[in-house]
Amino acid sequence: MPRPAADPGPWVVAGGELRSRLILGSGGFADLETFAAALAASDSDLVTVAMRRIDQAPPGLLDAILAGGARVLPNTAGCYSADDAVTTARLAREALETDWLKLEVIADPVTLLPDPEGTLAAARTLAAEGFRVFAYTSDDPVLGRRLEEAGCAAVMPLGSPIGSGLGILNPHAISLLREAVSVPVILDAGLGTASDAALALELGCDAILAATAISRSGDPVRMATAFRHAVQAGWLAGGAGRVPRRRHANASTPSEGLPDLRPGDGA
Amino acid sequence: MTANDHCTIAIEANGRPLDVPAGATVRDVVRLLGADPDERGVAVALDGAVVPRSRWSLTAVLALQRVEVVRATAGG
Repeated sequence: MPRPAADPGPWVVAGGELRSRLILGSGGFADLETFAAALAASDSDLVTVAMRRIDQAPPGLLDAILAGGARVLPNTAGCYSADDAVTTARLAREALETDWLKLEVIADPVTLLPDPEGTLAAARTLAAEGFRVFAYTSDDPVLGRRLEEAGCAAVMPLGSPIGSGLGILNPHAISLLREAVSVPVILDAGLGTASDAALALELGCDAILAATAISRSGDPVRMATAFRHAVQAGWLAGGAGRVPRRRHANASTPSEGLPDLRPGDGA
Repeated sequence: MTANDHCTIAIEANGRPLDVPAGATVRDVVRLLGADPDERGVAVALDGAVVPRSRWSLTAVLALQRVEVVRATAGG
């Protein structure tokens, strides 16, 4: 039998082709050098950025991303209303000359959970303005469908709260969401380690976004390498088809042909 | 204060009060904030509305207006 390629190959989102199924969040790295090394190790070709006042945002990140061969996905992180998110999106499009936007409308600073009403409202406005919206959302399949109807190019369900590292708390909901929408599903937020990324791909997600799990790990470059392999492993395993879960044991070794090994009673 | 008080106006730039020469443009304010107006990845909002880069040198900032100058930085 032919061996499947370890590399899933390019995939398409928002009309663009991406090589990697790992989207790298640029937040949380100790310095630009560590970020650049992690980007290279991750093989990611899409990196998120935030928009902040220039006096509180050191320059250099954009150049590092572009030098690493990746494109940018600006986000609206920190926006608590649809209006703020829409204005931030317009600023990002003007600054970065891309229609791609990761839409985040956050409900409150404690949970950092997405505000469903604000997200939907902003998604409708931005889609009408020609943005290709990647919508950060809860793991609700119905809301995912509404976001697709609103014109989003991709939905980005959380595995667990932002930065929590709790992994995918409701894999069932993620697989239902996968079935509910036809646009790409990108697992975002809460991933703690590489195996969480593999699980996301096994559940049918097209890609994952990791920031904290890589940038705040003990060794970001090593973890970026692990994530690169994890998305490939998850994609391969998901395509291979896992075995059904069973309540009881089920031997894989045949019971027929067992030799008779009782001790003899001869002299 | 100086003799040319009448030639300056008070605006708010990135959340702080700033006196700029009357007639200063958005491009001037970007420079006053220490940024290179030609730097890639920078955008400006004037009272919450985005000013396209092509209009920075044509758009005068009026007294009491709020200017936000942002750039792409690490996040999410």
